[in-house]
Amino acid sequence: MTIELIILIAVVIFVLYVLFVYNSLATGRVRIKEAFSGIDVQLKRRVDLVPNLVSTVKGYTKHEKEVLENVTKARTSLMNARTTHDKADSDNMLSQALKSLFAVSENYPDLKASKNFLELQEELSDIEAKIAYARQFYNSNVRSYNTTLANFPSGSLGRMFGFKEGEFFEAEEEEKKPVSVTF
Amino acid sequence: MTIYSQISSNKTKSWLIIILFVAFITTIIFVYGKASGYGLSYAGIGLIISGIMSFASYYYSDKIVLGMSHAKQIAKRDSPELFRIVENLCIATGIPMPKIYLINDSAPNAFATGRDPKHAVVCATTGLLQKLNKAELEGVIAHELSHIRNFDIRLMAIVVVLVGLVALLADFFMRSLWYGGGRRNSREGGSAQGIFLFIGIILAILSPLIATLIQLAISRKREFLADASGVLITRYPEGLASALEKIGKDKEPLEVANNATAHLYIANPFKGKISGSWFANLFNTHPPIEERIKILRTM
Repeated sequence: MTIELIILIAVVIFVLYVLFVYNSLATGRVRIKEAFSGIDVQLKRRVDLVPNLVSTVKGYTKHEKEVLENVTKARTSLMNARTTHDKADSDNMLSQALKSLFAVSENYPDLKASKNFLELQEELSDIEAKIAYARQFYNSNVRSYNTTLANFPSGSLGRMFGFKEGEFFEAEEEEKKPVSVTF
Repeated sequence: MTIYSQISSNKTKSWLIIILFVAFITTIIFVYGKASGYGLSYAGIGLIISGIMSFASYYYSDKIVLGMSHAKQIAKRDSPELFRIVENLCIATGIPMPKIYLINDSAPNAFATGRDPKHAVVCATTGLLQKLNKAELEGVIAHELSHIRNFDIRLMAIVVVLVGLVALLADFFMRSLWYGGGRRNSREGGSAQGIFLFIGIILAILSPLIATLIQLAISRKREFLADASGVLITRYPEGLASALEKIGKDKEPLEVANNATAHLYIANPFKGKISGSWFANLFNTHPPIEERIKILRTM
Protein backbone atom coordinates (compact mmCIF):
# COMPACT_ATOMS: atom_id res chain seq x y z
CA MET A 1 0.00 0.00 0.00
CA THR A 2 2.61 2.56 1.10
CA ILE A 3 5.00 1.47 -1.66
CA GLU A 4 2.29 1.89 -4.26
CA LEU A 5 1.54 5.33 -2.87
CA ILE A 6 5.20 6.37 -3.04
CA ILE A 7 5.45 5.14 -6.63
CA LEU A 8 2.28 7.02 -7.52
CA ILE A 9 3.62 10.27 -6.02
CA ALA A 10 6.95 9.80 -7.81
CA VAL A 11 5.17 9.27 -11.13
CA VAL A 12 3.02 12.36 -10.61
CA ILE A 13 6.07 14.49 -9.77
CA PHE A 14 7.90 13.15 -12.82
CA VAL A 15 4.97 13.89 -15.13
CA LEU A 16 4.66 17.42 -13.73
CA TYR A 17 8.39 17.98 -14.27
CA VAL A 18 8.17 16.76 -17.87
CA LEU A 19 5.23 19.10 -18.49
CA PHE A 20 7.16 21.99 -16.96
CA VAL A 21 10.23 21.35 -19.14
CA TYR A 22 8.12 20.97 -22.27
CA ASN A 23 6.19 24.17 -21.63
CA SER A 24 9.23 26.28 -20.83
CA LEU A 25 11.00 25.08 -23.98
CA ALA A 26 7.90 25.69 -26.10
CA THR A 27 7.57 29.21 -24.64
CA GLY A 28 11.25 29.82 -25.29
CA ARG A 29 10.89 28.76 -28.91
CA VAL A 30 7.96 31.16 -29.41
CA ARG A 31 9.92 34.00 -27.80
CA ILE A 32 12.89 33.37 -30.10
CA LYS A 33 10.61 33.48 -33.13
CA GLU A 34 9.07 36.72 -31.89
CA ALA A 35 12.46 38.28 -31.20
CA PHE A 36 13.66 37.29 -34.67
CA SER A 37 10.73 39.04 -36.30
CA GLY A 38 11.96 42.13 -34.45
CA ILE A 39 15.25 41.86 -36.36
CA ASP A 40 13.43 41.09 -39.60
CA VAL A 41 11.38 44.29 -39.44
CA GLN A 42 14.55 46.38 -39.28
CA LEU A 43 16.28 44.35 -42.02
CA LYS A 44 13.30 44.96 -44.26
CA ARG A 45 13.39 48.72 -43.55
CA ARG A 46 17.03 48.69 -44.51
CA VAL A 47 16.41 46.75 -47.71
CA ASP A 48 13.66 49.22 -48.66
CA LEU A 49 15.86 52.28 -48.13
CA VAL A 50 18.87 51.10 -50.11
CA PRO A 51 17.51 51.67 -53.68
CA ASN A 52 16.61 55.20 -52.64
CA LEU A 53 20.15 55.78 -51.44
CA VAL A 54 21.69 54.23 -54.53
CA SER A 55 19.72 56.45 -56.90
CA THR A 56 20.57 59.57 -54.87
CA VAL A 57 24.26 58.77 -54.91
CA LYS A 58 24.15 57.93 -58.64
CA GLY A 59 22.94 61.45 -59.39
CA TYR A 60 26.05 63.00 -57.88
CA THR A 61 28.87 60.55 -58.68
CA LYS A 62 30.42 59.19 -61.86
CA HIS A 63 33.29 56.86 -61.01
CA GLU A 64 31.84 54.82 -58.14
CA LYS A 65 30.07 52.10 -60.08
CA GLU A 66 31.80 49.28 -58.23
CA VAL A 67 30.85 50.54 -54.77
CA LEU A 68 27.23 50.95 -55.80
CA GLU A 69 27.19 47.50 -57.38
CA ASN A 70 28.47 45.99 -54.14
CA VAL A 71 25.65 47.64 -52.21
CA THR A 72 23.01 46.39 -54.65
CA LYS A 73 24.49 42.90 -54.62
CA ALA A 74 24.49 42.76 -50.82
CA ARG A 75 20.92 44.01 -50.77
CA THR A 76 19.76 41.31 -53.17
CA SER A 77 21.46 38.59 -51.20
CA LEU A 78 19.84 39.89 -47.98
CA MET A 79 16.44 39.85 -49.69
CA ASN A 80 16.91 36.26 -50.78
CA ALA A 81 18.36 35.01 -47.48
CA ARG A 82 16.11 32.55 -45.67
CA THR A 83 18.03 31.07 -42.75
CA THR A 84 19.22 32.94 -39.68
CA HIS A 85 22.82 32.34 -40.64
CA ASP A 86 22.38 33.63 -44.21
CA LYS A 87 20.54 36.69 -43.00
CA ALA A 88 23.25 37.53 -40.47
CA ASP A 89 25.92 37.06 -43.13
CA SER A 90 24.33 39.12 -45.87
CA ASP A 91 23.30 41.82 -43.40
CA ASN A 92 26.93 42.02 -42.41
CA MET A 93 27.89 42.27 -46.10
CA LEU A 94 25.42 45.11 -46.61
CA SER A 95 26.82 46.95 -43.57
CA GLN A 96 30.32 46.76 -45.03
CA ALA A 97 29.17 47.88 -48.49
CA LEU A 98 27.25 50.83 -47.04
CA LYS A 99 30.27 51.80 -44.97
CA SER A 100 32.49 52.04 -48.06
CA LEU A 101 29.74 53.91 -49.88
CA PHE A 102 29.59 56.53 -47.13
CA ALA A 103 33.40 56.70 -47.09
CA VAL A 104 33.48 57.35 -50.83
CA SER A 105 30.76 60.00 -50.52
CA GLU A 106 33.24 62.13 -48.56
CA ASN A 107 34.82 63.01 -51.93
CA TYR A 108 31.66 64.64 -53.25
CA PRO A 109 30.85 67.91 -51.42
CA ASP A 110 27.60 68.37 -53.36
CA LEU A 111 26.40 64.94 -52.32
CA LYS A 112 27.35 65.56 -48.70
CA ALA A 113 25.39 68.81 -48.75
CA SER A 114 22.28 67.19 -50.21
CA LYS A 115 19.42 67.18 -47.70
CA ASN A 116 18.02 63.97 -49.11
CA PHE A 117 21.35 62.21 -48.70
CA LEU A 118 21.81 63.42 -45.14
CA GLU A 119 18.35 62.21 -44.18
CA LEU A 120 18.99 58.80 -45.70
CA GLN A 121 22.35 58.57 -43.97
CA GLU A 122 20.79 59.42 -40.62
CA GLU A 123 17.95 56.97 -41.06
CA LEU A 124 20.28 54.16 -42.10
CA SER A 125 22.51 54.69 -39.09
CA ASP A 126 19.39 54.68 -36.89
CA ILE A 127 18.35 51.35 -38.45
CA GLU A 128 21.83 49.97 -37.86
CA ALA A 129 21.52 50.84 -34.14
CA LYS A 130 18.07 49.27 -34.01
CA ILE A 131 19.35 46.08 -35.65
CA ALA A 132 22.06 45.93 -32.99
CA TYR A 133 19.49 46.23 -30.17
CA ALA A 134 17.12 43.74 -31.77
CA ARG A 135 20.02 41.32 -32.19
CA GLN A 136 20.92 41.72 -28.52
CA PHE A 137 17.35 40.91 -27.47
CA TYR A 138 17.17 37.94 -29.85
CA ASN A 139 20.49 36.52 -28.70
CA SER A 140 19.58 36.82 -25.02
CA ASN A 141 16.40 34.83 -25.71
CA VAL A 142 18.36 32.20 -27.60
CA ARG A 143 20.87 32.02 -24.76
CA SER A 144 18.31 31.27 -22.06
CA TYR A 145 16.56 28.70 -24.29
CA ASN A 146 19.83 26.98 -25.14
CA THR A 147 20.78 26.90 -21.46
CA THR A 148 17.66 24.88 -20.69
CA LEU A 149 18.55 22.53 -23.53
CA ALA A 150 22.14 22.19 -22.31
CA ASN A 151 21.23 21.39 -18.70
CA PHE A 152 20.56 17.93 -17.34
CA PRO A 153 17.96 16.42 -17.26
CA SER A 154 15.88 19.10 -18.97
CA GLY A 155 18.09 18.94 -22.05
CA SER A 156 17.71 15.21 -22.60
CA LEU A 157 13.95 15.50 -22.17
CA GLY A 158 13.85 18.43 -24.59
CA ARG A 159 15.78 16.52 -27.23
CA MET A 160 13.36 13.61 -26.81
CA PHE A 161 10.54 16.01 -27.68
CA GLY A 162 12.50 17.19 -30.73
CA PHE A 163 13.60 20.64 -29.52
CA LYS A 164 16.74 21.86 -31.28
CA GLU A 165 19.24 24.45 -30.18
CA GLY A 166 18.50 27.99 -31.33
CA GLU A 167 20.94 29.77 -33.63
CA PHE A 168 22.55 33.04 -32.54
CA PHE A 169 22.32 36.03 -34.87
CA GLU A 170 26.03 36.74 -34.99
CA ALA A 171 28.03 39.52 -36.51
CA GLU A 172 31.64 39.19 -37.52
CA GLU A 173 34.29 40.96 -35.53
CA GLU A 174 34.59 43.96 -37.86
CA GLU A 175 30.94 44.83 -37.45
CA LYS A 176 31.05 44.70 -33.67
CA LYS A 177 33.43 47.64 -33.37
CA PRO A 178 31.29 50.56 -34.61
CA VAL A 179 28.39 49.38 -32.44
CA SER A 180 30.42 49.57 -29.25
CA VAL A 181 31.71 53.02 -30.19
CA THR A 182 28.18 54.46 -30.22
CA PHE A 183 27.99 54.29 -26.41
CA MET B 1 17.43 33.74 -12.41
CA THR B 2 16.55 35.10 -15.84
CA ILE B 3 14.71 38.34 -16.31
CA TYR B 4 11.51 36.44 -17.15
CA SER B 5 11.47 34.61 -13.84
CA GLN B 6 12.07 37.91 -12.06
CA ILE B 7 9.02 39.31 -13.81
CA SER B 8 6.82 36.39 -12.83
CA SER B 9 8.04 36.57 -9.23
CA ASN B 10 7.20 40.27 -9.29
CA LYS B 11 3.68 39.50 -10.49
CA THR B 12 3.27 36.94 -7.70
CA LYS B 13 4.51 39.49 -5.20
CA SER B 14 1.98 42.03 -6.48
CA TRP B 15 -0.79 39.59 -5.70
CA LEU B 16 0.62 38.76 -2.28
CA ILE B 17 0.85 42.44 -1.41
CA ILE B 18 -2.72 43.05 -2.53
CA ILE B 19 -3.98 40.10 -0.49
CA LEU B 20 -2.01 41.27 2.57
CA PHE B 21 -3.31 44.79 2.18
CA VAL B 22 -6.91 43.62 1.77
CA ALA B 23 -6.55 41.52 4.93
CA PHE B 24 -5.01 44.49 6.72
CA ILE B 25 -7.78 46.81 5.57
CA THR B 26 -10.52 44.34 6.48
CA THR B 27 -9.08 43.98 9.98
CA ILE B 28 -8.92 47.73 10.35
CA ILE B 29 -12.50 48.10 9.18
CA PHE B 30 -13.64 45.38 11.58
CA VAL B 31 -11.97 47.05 14.54
CA TYR B 32 -13.23 50.51 13.57
CA GLY B 33 -16.72 49.10 13.12
CA LYS B 34 -16.71 47.50 16.55
CA ALA B 35 -15.20 50.56 18.17
CA SER B 36 -17.54 53.12 16.67
CA GLY B 37 -20.55 50.97 17.41
CA TYR B 38 -21.86 50.93 13.83
CA GLY B 39 -20.97 47.26 13.51
CA LEU B 40 -20.27 45.49 10.27
CA SER B 41 -22.31 47.75 8.03
CA TYR B 42 -19.37 50.10 8.39
CA ALA B 43 -17.11 47.28 7.18
CA GLY B 44 -19.39 46.69 4.19
CA ILE B 45 -19.27 50.33 3.15
CA GLY B 46 -15.51 50.33 3.61
CA LEU B 47 -15.08 47.29 1.37
CA ILE B 48 -17.28 48.76 -1.36
CA ILE B 49 -15.32 52.01 -1.28
CA SER B 50 -12.01 50.15 -1.41
CA GLY B 51 -13.27 47.99 -4.29
CA ILE B 52 -14.28 51.01 -6.36
CA MET B 53 -11.05 52.82 -5.56
CA SER B 54 -8.83 49.89 -6.49
CA PHE B 55 -10.70 49.44 -9.75
CA ALA B 56 -10.44 53.13 -10.59
CA SER B 57 -6.78 53.21 -9.67
CA TYR B 58 -6.04 50.28 -11.93
CA TYR B 59 -7.34 52.13 -14.96
CA TYR B 60 -6.75 55.78 -14.17
CA SER B 61 -3.67 55.99 -11.95
CA ASP B 62 -1.43 56.97 -14.89
CA LYS B 63 -3.71 59.80 -15.98
CA ILE B 64 -4.01 61.12 -12.42
CA VAL B 65 -0.24 61.07 -11.95
CA LEU B 66 0.44 62.75 -15.28
CA GLY B 67 -2.20 65.39 -14.58
CA MET B 68 -0.76 66.12 -11.16
CA SER B 69 2.72 66.51 -12.65
CA HIS B 70 1.57 68.87 -15.45
CA ALA B 71 3.09 66.52 -18.04
CA LYS B 72 2.32 66.91 -21.75
CA GLN B 73 2.44 64.19 -24.37
CA ILE B 74 4.98 64.83 -27.14
CA ALA B 75 5.33 63.53 -30.69
CA LYS B 76 8.45 62.31 -32.45
CA ARG B 77 9.18 65.65 -34.16
CA ASP B 78 9.26 67.46 -30.77
CA SER B 79 12.24 65.49 -29.53
CA PRO B 80 13.57 63.04 -32.13
CA GLU B 81 16.65 62.15 -30.09
CA LEU B 82 14.63 61.10 -27.03
CA PHE B 83 12.22 59.17 -29.25
CA ARG B 84 15.06 57.30 -30.94
CA ILE B 85 16.58 56.31 -27.63
CA VAL B 86 13.23 55.04 -26.34
CA GLU B 87 12.56 53.17 -29.61
CA ASN B 88 15.97 51.48 -29.60
CA LEU B 89 15.82 50.46 -25.96
CA CYS B 90 12.26 49.16 -26.38
CA ILE B 91 13.54 46.88 -29.12
CA ALA B 92 16.30 45.67 -26.79
CA THR B 93 13.81 45.17 -23.94
CA GLY B 94 11.17 43.51 -26.08
CA ILE B 95 8.29 45.76 -25.03
CA PRO B 96 6.00 47.91 -27.19
CA MET B 97 6.74 51.62 -27.53
CA PRO B 98 5.30 53.56 -24.55
CA LYS B 99 3.79 57.03 -24.80
CA ILE B 100 6.24 59.79 -24.02
CA TYR B 101 5.41 62.78 -21.82
CA LEU B 102 7.49 65.81 -20.96
CA ILE B 103 7.44 68.00 -17.84
CA ASN B 104 8.60 71.55 -18.45
CA ASP B 105 11.00 71.87 -15.49
CA SER B 106 14.73 72.33 -15.44
CA ALA B 107 15.28 69.88 -12.54
CA PRO B 108 16.51 66.63 -14.15
CA ASN B 109 14.25 63.66 -13.33
CA ALA B 110 12.09 60.98 -14.95
CA PHE B 111 9.45 58.38 -14.12
CA ALA B 112 7.38 55.61 -15.69
CA THR B 113 3.74 54.81 -15.02
CA GLY B 114 0.79 52.86 -16.45
CA ARG B 115 -0.71 49.45 -15.74
CA ASP B 116 1.15 47.10 -18.10
CA PRO B 117 3.66 47.34 -20.97
CA LYS B 118 0.84 47.94 -23.47
CA HIS B 119 -0.49 50.93 -21.50
CA ALA B 120 2.72 52.52 -20.29
CA VAL B 121 4.06 56.04 -20.14
CA VAL B 122 7.62 57.30 -19.81
CA CYS B 123 7.87 60.85 -18.54
CA ALA B 124 11.00 63.00 -18.48
CA THR B 125 11.67 66.61 -17.52
CA THR B 126 13.13 69.07 -20.01
CA GLY B 127 16.03 69.48 -17.57
CA LEU B 128 16.91 65.81 -18.00
CA LEU B 129 17.19 66.21 -21.77
CA GLN B 130 19.32 69.34 -21.42
CA LYS B 131 21.73 68.19 -18.72
CA LEU B 132 22.48 64.58 -19.66
CA ASN B 133 24.48 63.26 -22.61
CA LYS B 134 23.28 60.40 -24.78
CA ALA B 135 24.82 57.52 -22.79
CA GLU B 136 23.43 58.92 -19.53
CA LEU B 137 19.99 59.45 -21.04
CA GLU B 138 20.04 55.87 -22.31
CA GLY B 139 20.86 54.67 -18.78
CA VAL B 140 17.91 56.57 -17.31
CA ILE B 141 15.45 55.50 -20.02
CA ALA B 142 16.57 51.86 -19.69
CA HIS B 143 15.91 52.11 -15.93
CA GLU B 144 12.39 53.42 -16.61
CA LEU B 145 11.68 50.77 -19.26
CA SER B 146 12.78 48.13 -16.74
CA HIS B 147 10.13 49.44 -14.35
CA ILE B 148 7.62 48.89 -17.15
CA ARG B 149 8.82 45.44 -18.15
CA ASN B 150 9.12 44.24 -14.53
CA PHE B 151 5.51 45.33 -13.88
CA ASP B 152 6.73 47.67 -11.12
CA ILE B 153 4.44 50.37 -12.48
CA ARG B 154 1.37 48.27 -11.77
CA LEU B 155 2.60 47.20 -8.35
CA MET B 156 3.40 50.76 -7.30
CA ALA B 157 0.12 52.16 -8.64
CA ILE B 158 -1.85 49.61 -6.64
CA VAL B 159 0.22 50.11 -3.51
CA VAL B 160 -0.22 53.88 -3.62
CA VAL B 161 -3.99 53.58 -3.74
CA LEU B 162 -4.09 51.02 -0.93
CA VAL B 163 -1.89 53.17 1.27
CA GLY B 164 -4.13 56.13 0.56
CA LEU B 165 -7.14 54.03 1.47
CA VAL B 166 -5.69 53.08 4.86
CA ALA B 167 -5.09 56.75 5.60
CA LEU B 168 -8.61 57.60 4.44
CA LEU B 169 -10.16 54.94 6.70
CA ALA B 170 -8.18 56.08 9.72
CA ASP B 171 -9.30 59.64 9.09
CA PHE B 172 -12.90 58.51 8.58
CA PHE B 173 -12.80 56.66 11.91
CA MET B 174 -11.37 59.53 13.92
CA ARG B 175 -14.01 61.88 12.51
CA SER B 176 -16.82 59.45 13.22
CA LEU B 177 -15.68 59.31 16.85
CA TRP B 178 -15.71 63.08 17.00
CA TYR B 179 -19.09 63.66 15.43
CA GLY B 180 -20.96 60.37 15.84
CA GLY B 181 -20.30 59.68 19.51
CA GLY B 182 -23.96 60.02 20.48
CA ARG B 183 -25.23 57.39 18.04
CA ARG B 184 -23.36 54.55 19.64
CA ASN B 185 -25.17 51.25 19.91
CA SER B 186 -25.62 50.45 23.61
CA ARG B 187 -26.47 46.75 23.05
CA GLU B 188 -22.85 45.98 22.19
CA GLY B 189 -21.97 46.35 25.85
CA GLY B 190 -19.65 48.90 27.32
CA SER B 191 -16.44 47.03 28.09
CA ALA B 192 -15.99 45.17 24.79
CA GLN B 193 -16.58 48.36 22.85
CA GLY B 194 -14.19 50.15 25.13
CA ILE B 195 -11.40 47.72 24.26
CA PHE B 196 -12.11 48.01 20.55
CA LEU B 197 -12.25 51.75 20.89
CA PHE B 198 -8.80 51.71 22.44
CA ILE B 199 -7.39 49.37 19.76
CA GLY B 200 -9.15 51.41 17.10
CA ILE B 201 -7.53 54.65 18.14
CA ILE B 202 -4.09 53.05 18.32
CA LEU B 203 -4.64 51.54 14.86
CA ALA B 204 -5.88 54.82 13.45
CA ILE B 205 -2.66 56.44 14.55
CA LEU B 206 -0.31 53.63 13.55
CA SER B 207 -1.87 52.10 10.42
CA PRO B 208 -1.11 54.93 7.96
CA LEU B 209 2.44 54.84 9.23
CA ILE B 210 2.76 51.07 8.82
CA ALA B 211 1.20 51.19 5.37
CA THR B 212 3.59 53.94 4.30
CA LEU B 213 6.60 52.01 5.59
CA ILE B 214 5.53 48.95 3.58
CA GLN B 215 5.15 51.13 0.49
CA LEU B 216 8.58 52.70 0.91
CA ALA B 217 10.30 49.38 1.51
CA ILE B 218 8.78 48.00 -1.72
CA SER B 219 9.71 51.13 -3.63
CA ARG B 220 13.37 51.00 -2.55
CA LYS B 221 13.71 47.34 -3.55
CA ARG B 222 12.23 48.06 -6.98
CA GLU B 223 14.79 50.81 -7.61
CA PHE B 224 17.73 48.44 -7.15
CA LEU B 225 16.13 45.85 -9.43
CA ALA B 226 15.39 48.45 -12.11
CA ASP B 227 18.98 49.74 -11.93
CA ALA B 228 20.29 46.22 -12.47
CA SER B 229 17.92 45.22 -15.27
CA GLY B 230 18.35 48.61 -16.94
CA VAL B 231 22.08 47.99 -17.14
CA LEU B 232 21.34 44.56 -18.59
CA ILE B 233 19.70 46.40 -21.52
CA THR B 234 22.34 49.05 -22.20
CA ARG B 235 25.31 46.89 -21.11
CA TYR B 236 26.90 50.10 -19.85
CA PRO B 237 26.63 50.69 -16.06
CA GLU B 238 28.66 53.89 -16.22
CA GLY B 239 25.92 55.66 -18.21
CA LEU B 240 23.34 55.29 -15.45
CA ALA B 241 25.95 55.84 -12.72
CA SER B 242 27.06 59.19 -14.08
CA ALA B 243 23.44 60.17 -14.81
CA LEU B 244 22.56 59.49 -11.15
CA GLU B 245 25.62 61.46 -10.09
CA LYS B 246 24.48 64.46 -12.14
CA ILE B 247 20.90 64.18 -10.90
CA GLY B 248 22.12 63.86 -7.30
CA LYS B 249 24.44 66.86 -7.56
CA ASP B 250 21.73 69.03 -9.08
CA LYS B 251 20.30 70.94 -6.13
CA GLU B 252 17.15 72.18 -7.78
CA PRO B 253 13.96 70.50 -6.47
CA LEU B 254 11.22 69.45 -8.88
CA GLU B 255 8.22 71.68 -8.13
CA VAL B 256 5.49 69.45 -9.54
CA ALA B 257 6.47 66.44 -7.42
CA ASN B 258 4.63 65.84 -4.14
CA ASN B 259 4.48 63.16 -1.46
CA ALA B 260 2.11 61.02 -3.50
CA THR B 261 4.30 60.91 -6.61
CA ALA B 262 7.83 61.20 -5.17
CA HIS B 263 8.49 57.45 -5.15
CA LEU B 264 7.84 57.20 -8.90
CA TYR B 265 10.84 59.27 -9.94
CA ILE B 266 14.25 57.81 -10.72
CA ALA B 267 15.77 59.84 -7.86
CA ASN B 268 14.24 61.68 -4.92
CA PRO B 269 12.78 64.87 -6.45
CA PHE B 270 12.86 66.87 -3.19
CA LYS B 271 16.67 66.96 -2.77
CA GLY B 272 17.73 68.80 0.37
CA LYS B 273 18.31 66.79 3.53
CA ILE B 274 20.49 63.75 3.26
CA SER B 275 20.48 61.90 6.53
CA GLY B 276 22.23 58.69 7.40
CA SER B 277 20.27 57.63 10.46
CA TRP B 278 18.31 54.40 10.23
CA PHE B 279 15.08 56.13 11.25
CA ALA B 280 15.31 58.70 8.47
CA ASN B 281 16.23 55.94 6.03
CA LEU B 282 12.97 54.15 6.86
CA PHE B 283 11.10 57.08 5.35
CA ASN B 284 13.15 57.40 2.18
CA THR B 285 11.38 56.63 -1.07
CA HIS B 286 14.72 55.89 -2.69
CA PRO B 287 17.87 54.14 -1.61
CA PRO B 288 20.73 56.64 -1.11
CA ILE B 289 22.03 57.71 -4.52
CA GLU B 290 25.65 57.12 -3.45
CA GLU B 291 24.83 53.50 -2.69
CA ARG B 292 23.18 53.00 -6.07
CA ILE B 293 26.17 54.53 -7.85
CA LYS B 294 28.56 52.37 -5.85
CA ILE B 295 26.68 49.20 -6.81
CA LEU B 296 26.54 50.27 -10.48
CA ARG B 297 30.27 50.92 -10.56
CA THR B 298 31.05 47.41 -9.26
CA MET B 299 28.98 45.76 -12.03
